[in-house]
Amino acid sequence: MKLYPTHIPTSLFEKVLLTVGGGLKALHDPLRADMVAAVGETTGRAALVRLRDQMLRSSTGRRILRERPIITSETFPPFRLEALPESTLGGAYYHGFMQKHGYVPESRVPVHFIDDAELAYVMLRYRQVHDLWHAMTGLPPTVEGELALKAFEYAQTGLPMTALGAALGPVLLSHNERARLVSTYLPWAVMAGTRAKPLMNVYYEEVLEEDLEALRQELRVTPAPALA
Amino acid sequence: MIRPSSLAAAARPLLTSAARATPATTAAAAATAARLSTTRMLRDQHDASGTTHFGFRTVREEDKESLVRGVFSSVADNYDLMNDAMSGGVHRCWKSAFIERLAPAPDTRLLDVAGGTGDIALRFLDYVREQNGGALGAAHVTVFDINPEMLRVGAQRFSKLGLENGGPHVSFVEGNAEELAGIEDNSMDAYTIAFGIRNCTHIDRVIRQAYRVLKPGGRFMVLEFGKVNNPLLSTLYDAYSFRVIPHLGQILANDRDSYQYLVESIRKFPTQQQFVDMMKHEGFQVVGQGYEDLTFGVATIWSGWKL
Repeated sequence: MKLYPTHIPTSLFEKVLLTVGGGLKALHDPLRADMVAAVGETTGRAALVRLRDQMLRSSTGRRILRERPIITSETFPPFRLEALPESTLGGAYYHGFMQKHGYVPESRVPVHFIDDAELAYVMLRYRQVHDLWHAMTGLPPTVEGELALKAFEYAQTGLPMTALGAALGPVLLSHNERARLVSTYLPWAVMAGTRAKPLMNVYYEEVLEEDLEALRQELRVTPAPALA
Repeated sequence: MIRPSSLAAAARPLLTSAARATPATTAAAAATAARLSTTRMLRDQHDASGTTHFGFRTVREEDKESLVRGVFSSVADNYDLMNDAMSGGVHRCWKSAFIERLAPAPDTRLLDVAGGTGDIALRFLDYVREQNGGALGAAHVTVFDINPEMLRVGAQRFSKLGLENGGPHVSFVEGNAEELAGIEDNSMDAYTIAFGIRNCTHIDRVIRQAYRVLKPGGRFMVLEFGKVNNPLLSTLYDAYSFRVIPHLGQILANDRDSYQYLVESIRKFPTQQQFVDMMKHEGFQVVGQGYEDLTFGVATIWSGWKL
């Protein structure tokens, strides 16, 4: 029974199949974002419940769950973001990230295998704000930056796939990058992720014009050490 | 699909109008009922409003062709891998059995329809070569397909083996099985269609065109997914079809929808007997029951003769 438009109902057997098969495929070909997403969904229910409950404990979080804002090119219009200075969240997101690397909000994979409409929204929201967290932490979308961000996300969300990604991803790095990840970025990620306020409770659509530094202070986000 | 009650309902007026139901009138009534049920079943494939089935979806008739083309463009590059993954390699046995049943000769002209990547065409030539002491003789196969991507994959494969498109033994032709444009009447010794006919919008037209292009004495052979009649096996088969194959399609080919279409289209295809009736309706004669089940009916070979 479909609970939301992109829902694909699956039995336990199918979820196991997707986790094993999808996991193997994602390891073999990490660019298969759909496989990474699938495994994230089959393994993520418990963490999503905790995240949702955390959102329920905050008034902004409750509002997000009620209104279910979706980030699209309409709600985050590029022309509006382009006009913002890079010292704002929206400007940093657009100039430092979206425009530079050619991402659009719609390029995130839809949620399929979560058997609850609200939890499916929480998963979607997590995927969609990922790019904003790049701007918040200052991490670039390189392999190293993504892995450091995954570790940060694990501290923030508890989603198993973020830990798996952070643990297995380093095989893709050079020796020096791996050493730097372990010595500098993982400790930063754990510290910053646990120190920061719950970032899922931020109504990003309403704070795009805020000064990035001020936002970081308010949300207690320590930016990552600069990558060369 | 035909329900027994509708068959009986069709027969009833014919029976009651007879003074007494003798064996002759009963047989005649049954034959008429069978013809009516075939007609009804042919009509069920498309209803009066001009729609037909695309798997479990209902689509406009004129859209089905391009939808199918889209499916096969999407799967073309991963087609052979997916076939192996889904059937555990058994599809190779089915195709080999198919050619064994055909038993082609060194002078056979074969039209292989929906033959895209060339699995059947290749086996045909291999069989002839084996039986003919290593030479291909005058054997020729025309690989005919609606989808240019599938043909591209096939022609590449053949080229790697030294069999060039347009050469003495193979040619690749793009076109619609419901028309067979460019294929002359009474020109082919054999017609094969393997795992293609269920995707055609008008199966009756495909059979009719096959009849047209075959020489008298020519043989019409279909390899297609059939119905598994054993109840236990069919439960397992359905579970595998709907709970494993679409996910395999997503994992291996990044295309769940095409494989969902595949497993649904198998269910919408006529039964083994219904298809035999459709063949006879177009003029083909059959030997015995006209079909042979492979792997408990997961696949079936139908065979008819133009006499």
